[in-house]
Amino acid sequence: MNDRSLARAFSLLLRRDLVINFRQRSECVNPVLFFVIVVTLFALGTGADRALLLSMAPGVIWVSALLASMLSLESIFRSDFEDGSLEQLLLSAHPVTVLVLAKVTAHWLVTGLPLILVAPLLCILLGLSGEGLETLILTLLIGTPILSLVGAIGVALTVGLRRGGVIISLLVLPLYIPVLIFGTSAVQMSAAGFPVNGQLSMLAALLALALALAPLPTAAALRMSLS
Amino acid sequence: MGSPPHFYRFTGKILPWLSLLCALLIATGLWGGLVEAPADYQQGDSFRIIYVHVPSAWMSLFVYVVMAVCGAIGLIWHMKNAEVIAISSAPIGASFTFLALVTGSLWGKPMWGSWWVWDARLTSELILLFLYLGVIGLYAAIEDKRTASRAVAILALVGLVNIPIIHYSVEWWNTLHQGPTVTKFDKPSIHVSMLIPLLLMAGGFKLFYLISVLIRARGELIERESNSNWVSELLEKR
Amino acid sequence: MLMSGPDQQQRAEPGLTVSGLHCSRDGRDLFKDLSFRLRAGELLVVEGRNGSGKTSLLRILCGIRMQESGSINWDDSPIGELGPLYHQEMAYIGHHDGIKGDLTVAENIQLAKALGKPSGTDLQTILKRLQLSGYNEVLARALSAGQKRRLALSRLLATVSRLWILDEPFTSLDRRGVEICEQLISSHLTHGGMVVMTSHHAMELPGVEITRLRLS
Repeated sequence: MNDRSLARAFSLLLRRDLVINFRQRSECVNPVLFFVIVVTLFALGTGADRALLLSMAPGVIWVSALLASMLSLESIFRSDFEDGSLEQLLLSAHPVTVLVLAKVTAHWLVTGLPLILVAPLLCILLGLSGEGLETLILTLLIGTPILSLVGAIGVALTVGLRRGGVIISLLVLPLYIPVLIFGTSAVQMSAAGFPVNGQLSMLAALLALALALAPLPTAAALRMSLS
Repeated sequence: MGSPPHFYRFTGKILPWLSLLCALLIATGLWGGLVEAPADYQQGDSFRIIYVHVPSAWMSLFVYVVMAVCGAIGLIWHMKNAEVIAISSAPIGASFTFLALVTGSLWGKPMWGSWWVWDARLTSELILLFLYLGVIGLYAAIEDKRTASRAVAILALVGLVNIPIIHYSVEWWNTLHQGPTVTKFDKPSIHVSMLIPLLLMAGGFKLFYLISVLIRARGELIERESNSNWVSELLEKR
Repeated sequence: MLMSGPDQQQRAEPGLTVSGLHCSRDGRDLFKDLSFRLRAGELLVVEGRNGSGKTSLLRILCGIRMQESGSINWDDSPIGELGPLYHQEMAYIGHHDGIKGDLTVAENIQLAKALGKPSGTDLQTILKRLQLSGYNEVLARALSAGQKRRLALSRLLATVSRLWILDEPFTSLDRRGVEICEQLISSHLTHGGMVVMTSHHAMELPGVEITRLRLS
């Protein structure tokens, strides 16, 4: 098929997923609520010491974002697997990798973007402000799409399993570590007044790598799950 | 080597010889390392744990690479032997990784005064263990073993791409948080009388891996091909 | 892209060629040394008991499932190498309808069009042929099982596919639905299409020669 019909398929699939999510709003609110609650729990669990919370803020927010993102991963392919739409995607006239990219993009818009929108609120709760807050938003903006892209591999591998939920954390979380490291350290450094170009460009490089490579194993894993 | 029955017969023949060679290497390596080699002038006798620690750390990475490469071969050319070698490698690799972690921690106690320090290498090793556990868990979760092999191969390849990234990021994180301290495992130079036993041990570990992966692969093959003719012939001979 | 029109008529059309197909599940052979050929205008009905591997065969023909050995060629090229080039000439209706409950009937059809090689048939005509007129804006989950199945069949009209692979297409269709589906199949065959299908129903397809393949 030509590029125009491919672009059409991409945008239609993207829009389709957004429409479906809009019609089942509760599903995309849950990860955000989870994100907020986990951060609150950290504050409660550590005794709400302002200095301690501030020093922990980047790590706490990033780890919570990681977990929230992981919890929402299943929704990328689960319902499509159950109702047979996934078969139709694999049998479409277009490269599966591009369709995977459309689905992951939709997933990020629905679950990743809301996390970034509520992050400033959480920063206020943890006392993080100014430079640190700006950098945090920036790192989340570059980092959360990586989580969705890499996470999609994990879901694709486990979507055929009845209890894929537990194993997926074991598959995906170790792969999230570089994002966590560069994301948190950028926030810490910028809060301390240092330049953070290095971390940001590392994150950007990881995003480029994930965009280029992650759809390949995802497509292969989807084929495996359906066979 | 392509067909399972041939693989089974061939490995059955070479296994005793491999075991003999492996026992020889490990025995001389241990003798050289524990008896012949002089004590370290700084660390005393506690350095001798490197004869287990270093080879297992080397093996932990080596086995992962073997697993990913065999997985890829199985994925692309649908070779059953490669598939079973890939999955049989996972528990062995995980054990080597675990051994490297435990010995590293034992070694660290007199050095650092605590059982665990977030040293870059130990941390990387810990994450490698998680990657192995993911592979093992995924294989166990999928019922159809051929499908499971494909899943594991994809995961191992993704892991292989990620290992350098994870390693680099952990190293970077470590220098950031602890400053440029000299890690205890970086020996600027090592005396020949210490090095030779180390190399012998490394060779012995490689052979040990080869032996155990072959034994596991043979078992796995028999289980998977239990309905085929060559397995029933094998059973009749008994 | 393979263009339609005169170009296609000039070319030889061997269609689907299957040879030496071997498939096993859990170490048990479902079928072995299966070979057949399907040319333009031919209908192949796969028969056999439950668990004889009918669905597995159809999924292998789609390229979703992997065979142990043997080859499947489409116009003389292995389907594995063709990939999307094969899929754009093929439509599959499986056990699952493959429609999204949270999308309307019209949206579902639009998506099916975008994923395949869209046919010129407009939405109203498709709905009319499937007797779903007036349901454009209804969410698919509000449809009855038979209506959902008909909506799944809309894929056959919304895209141009030479090969139809239909796994129990008559499931949950009432008598009228079965007639509609039979009409679709026979008109596809008379236009030079190919169909591979499984079915528990006896079919009434006047003027169509049915090749039967029995799996045991």
